[in-house]
Order: sequence, then structure tokens, then C-alpha cells
Amino acid sequence: QQPAQFTNPETPGYVGFANLPNQVHRKSVKKGFEFTLMVVGESGLGKSTLINSLFLTDLYPERIIPGAADKIERTVQIEASTVEIEERGVKLRLTVVDTPGYGDAINCRDCFKTIIAYIDEQFERYLHDESGLNRRHIIDNRVHCCFYFISPFGHGLKPLDVEFMKAIHNKVNIVPVIAKADTLSLKERERLKKRILDEIEEHGIKIYHLPDAESDEDEDFKEQTRLLKASIPFCVVGSNQLIEAKGKKVRGRLYPWGVVEVENPEHNDFLKLRTMLITHMQDLQEVTQDLHYENFRSERLKRGGR
Amino acid sequence: AGPVESRTEAAMSELVPEPRQKPVVPMKPMGINASLLGYIGIDTIIEQMRKKTMKTGFDFNIMVVGQSGLGKSTLVNTLFKSQVSRKSSGWNREEKIPKTVEIKAIGHVIEEGGVKMKLTVIDTPGFGDQINNENCWEPIEKYINEQYEKFLKEEVNIARKKRIPDTRVHCCLYFISPTGHSLRPLDLEFMKHLSKVVNIIPVIAKADTMTLEEKTEFKQRVRKELEVNGIEFYPQKEFDEDLEDKTENDKIRQESMPFAVVGSDKEYQVNGKRVLGRKTPWGIIEVENLTHCEFALLRDFVIRTHLQDLKEVTHNIHYETYRAKRLNDNGGLPPMAVETEENHESNL
Repeated sequence: QQPAQFTNPETPGYVGFANLPNQVHRKSVKKGFEFTLMVVGESGLGKSTLINSLFLTDLYPERIIPGAADKIERTVQIEASTVEIEERGVKLRLTVVDTPGYGDAINCRDCFKTIIAYIDEQFERYLHDESGLNRRHIIDNRVHCCFYFISPFGHGLKPLDVEFMKAIHNKVNIVPVIAKADTLSLKERERLKKRILDEIEEHGIKIYHLPDAESDEDEDFKEQTRLLKASIPFCVVGSNQLIEAKGKKVRGRLYPWGVVEVENPEHNDFLKLRTMLITHMQDLQEVTQDLHYENFRSERLKRGGR
Repeated sequence: AGPVESRTEAAMSELVPEPRQKPVVPMKPMGINASLLGYIGIDTIIEQMRKKTMKTGFDFNIMVVGQSGLGKSTLVNTLFKSQVSRKSSGWNREEKIPKTVEIKAIGHVIEEGGVKMKLTVIDTPGFGDQINNENCWEPIEKYINEQYEKFLKEEVNIARKKRIPDTRVHCCLYFISPTGHSLRPLDLEFMKHLSKVVNIIPVIAKADTMTLEEKTEFKQRVRKELEVNGIEFYPQKEFDEDLEDKTENDKIRQESMPFAVVGSDKEYQVNGKRVLGRKTPWGIIEVENLTHCEFALLRDFVIRTHLQDLKEVTHNIHYETYRAKRLNDNGGLPPMAVETEENHESNL
């Protein structure tokens, strides 16, 4: 069980700074966490449903879905909603940045300008706050992760997908997600995943890489990490409707031919996506801070602005 | 969660590090507890952070100030149960007292329970030892500000390090001589000046020269004098974050501090146990025995409960104050960002 040396804290030689992680823990629990997640993808790919499923909440209570005619003139909007989730005393302030209008226009050429401008604006604001006089209450609105939704109906990446990801892969952590996976059979999924991974490599797109489990982690964790890495891009189904299946209530989609269960790993990668997000939330923030933000900052400072 | 425990009580019960937990996020829904169908796993982030802290290790810089002979070096060795002070680094007891205050920083890496600490002990020989001790705190204040400046320069660099090395003084133990009367003018001057730039923890040295009554009276008098002179020692009232902190810290500020301590790195056998102590003809003074002296309180306070807070107050308050002043002096701009080698090449 516990190593013998710790049964008596007054063992000669015991100082007590091994308790530091607990002190840090206490302060973190008090402070809570902030996380900003951006979702990008064409309309109707199930983005909103997926976000609601991931965080068991309803981020879009009064949603009106515009018709095609309304969409013609629309440019890409940026809509950020924040929700506070608490679990076992730990608070998470989650901001979801939605990008309605992406991919809707007939000519999508300027599609991603708005999105890139938004990401840069958050970096700019943070840089400004960080350089200011009063830094006690800096709010971190930088985008820590971007879920990019790929349509399951195509044969891989579309030109828009490639161009967009190349335009932002140096600014944000990209996690590609294949949406509405219940339109694909398992074989079709494997094929599509492989195709997409090949295309990502072919075009030199940098997606977020899960760090390998460290050597001192236990076997279960290492296995879990291996499994997660092997499943990218995740094929997901979202739903917040409770359906009766096999005697219990599950989140799913009811078809005449059966029920697709959201949280069933044999039906789709939803749980893997959620696990990946939660266990790597801190790493996503760190990569944003240490890589993407620092790149932005050094470019900005070299250009001479303050 | 249960009722809110006081921080010290919680810390004492957490002294025994738990065995590392597996990540709790379930891969399969667990049907037994219906509410788990609504479990996301956010609390596991805490476990990730804990693992991270353990792996990264941390810096801690502690300064000791006081006249020579007050047992500063011995106390630091006792605190960290290692030979980490100047006394143990080839310093000769017969060495002459330096003519000015010197600043000597000695670094060690110590490890415990998987947590690595890079500890730096900053000693200040010569403080208060001259005939004329006017302004003898100035070299100390200068050293502290130099560390803030070093950190600031790193922070404004264009290409900055992922982890800026932290040489800032997180804690300054100020040793009060156990006269039994009151503070000395030098004590007041030092603490007045330095409490504005660093966390000061006043400590009554060589407390084995006082009886229990003398100790209680002396502590009361010192506390009163500090209050009357407006000296804010750590933990400063204005930085209590919430009610829990305030209750905890009020008790420490108004009853325990200044800690009356005895240090020793010699072991003796008492009641079948090996203890650190001082042997006298009239008995053995046990350093870690709370009925003998308050060393254990100081140790728990600095290391086991408030270590992280000492660092945070240094970073969020003292360093920010220094930085704001530097920015203001510079007309609201940060000091010039430093370019890397690229600049120099053009001069060739």
C-alpha cells in the first residue's frame, strides 16, 4: 500500500515539502479553470449537438436555424457562449466559440478571415494585458483548442478543409472530428480516417499531437493513450435525447433499425473524444501558451508594435 | 465535500501522500450509479496538475537575516534536514565578520516523496554586526530588487524561455535577538524597509534562553511594536484571499508569530527515540517538541502549508509592484525587449 517511510511523518529526515502538490491543488480548486474551445465546420454537421453532449448542457437554448435564402448574404459570425460547470468541487469556466456561416456561402474564399482575426485578436488582447501595469486579473480568452468538423459524406478532406487548417495550424491546436458518424459503417469509417490522415500528412497540416504517456505512468493509462492516438480523427455521434435501449436509458439516436448509443465505444468515438479533451485540457492550454502564443508574441514584437 | 477544515489540519492529514490515482474518466458508462451518466470528469484535471507539479519540481529561495551568532545557519539546516546553509559549505567559524554586508547564495537540490526542490539559501553575513549599522539593509534590498529585475528582463524578451528561472526571494526569515525586552531600532528599520519588497517572517532566535512566561510576554511585546510601527509581516492581512484564509492567518498572526525557535543538527536519544536537540546539564531541549519551542510550527508554516502561497505572494504582489514601478519610471513602457544574436550580426 503506502511506502513505509510515510507512515510516520516525523521520521527523521522528513521535511514535508512533498506536500507542495497538495498546496497547489488546494489553490487550483479554489481558482477553478478556464478553457476556450472553438468549433468550426459547415452547417448541419452536428456541432452544437456534439458540444451539448460533451458537456451535458444546453449552450444554445433559443436557437433559430436560418433557411438557405438567409444564408446567402451571411458572412461568418463569431459567437462565444460561456458556461460554468462544477464537478466535485472543481469549477470549469468553459467558453465555446461557434462560427456559424462557415462554409455556407457560395463563394467561401473569405470564410476564414473572420475566424483568424478572432484568434489573433485574443492573442493581441492577452499580449496587451500581459504588458500592462495591472496584471492581477488577466482573463485568458485565447482559443485553446479548435474542433474542426469534417463531413462524413465526402471522400476525405475538401479543398476548404485543407486551406482552412493550413491557415490556422500555427495559431491554434486543431483536433479534426468526423461528424455524424452514424452514416458510416465501421469499414467506411476506417477507410475515411486513413484517407484523412494521409491527406493531412500530404498537405503538411499540423494537428494537435497527444503527448505519449510518460514511462512512469501505469499500464492502463499508457494503453488508454495508445488507443486515443490510434483513433484520431475521432468519428463521433452527438445526442442529448434519452432513448430506452436494452432496459436502460441511454443518450442516443433512435432509428427504425436500431439505436445508436452516443456513449457506447463500439458505436462511435464520442467517449474517446471526451476523454481526450478532459485528460489533455491542461496540455492544450500549455501548448497554446508556450507555442502558439509565443510565436504570435515574438512576431508581433519583431514587427515593432507595443 | 465535508465541512471546511482549517488549512493546517487539512495539511496535517495530507502529510501522507496518497498513492497515485488512475485517471478516473470512464471509457464505458458505469450503470451502477445513475448520476455517473452525467459525469464528465473535470475533477481529474486536478490530478493531472498534481502529477505535473511533481514532475517539474520547483524553486524555493529563502533568505536569512540577523546578527551573527543567532543560529541562522543551524536553523536553516534544521528546517530542511540537510546541510544546506553557509555553515556547511566550507565556512569557517573563525572567519572574521565582514566589513560590509555580504550576500551569499547557496543552491541545493533536495528530493522528497518524488517532489524535487531546488532550494537556495541566501545568507547575509555582516548584517547588524558593525559599529555603525546605518543603512546596512541597503545591500539586501538591492539584491532582492536585482532578482526582480532579472526576472523582468527575461519576461520581456522576444524569445523567452518556457520556464523563467526564479531567483526571487520568496521568504526572508528575520532573526530577533532574545533579549526579552523589545525590538532593537535596527530590527524596526530593517523590517519597515524590507516588508514592502519581500515576505518577512520574524523569528525569535535561540528561544531556549527564555522561560515560558518570558517567551509569551516577549512575543506579545514584539507583536505590539510591529503593529504600532505599521510593519506588515507575512502573512499580510491585505492578501488574505477569502474567509478561510483570514481565519487561518489571523490565528497565526495574533497568537503564533513571531515563532520562538531553537535550531539544532545534533541528535540525541530521548525516550527511546532519536531527536534533534541541544544537550544541557539541566535537560535536553527537543527542537521538534512543541512544548519546548515553536520550531515545528515554523517548519509546518513555511514548508508544509504556506510554501506555495509564499511564492505566489512574491510573484503576484511584490514582483508586480516592482514591475509597475519600473514601467512607470520608463514612461509606461516595458524595458527594451532584447533581441537575440540577429542584432549583433549587423554590427560586424
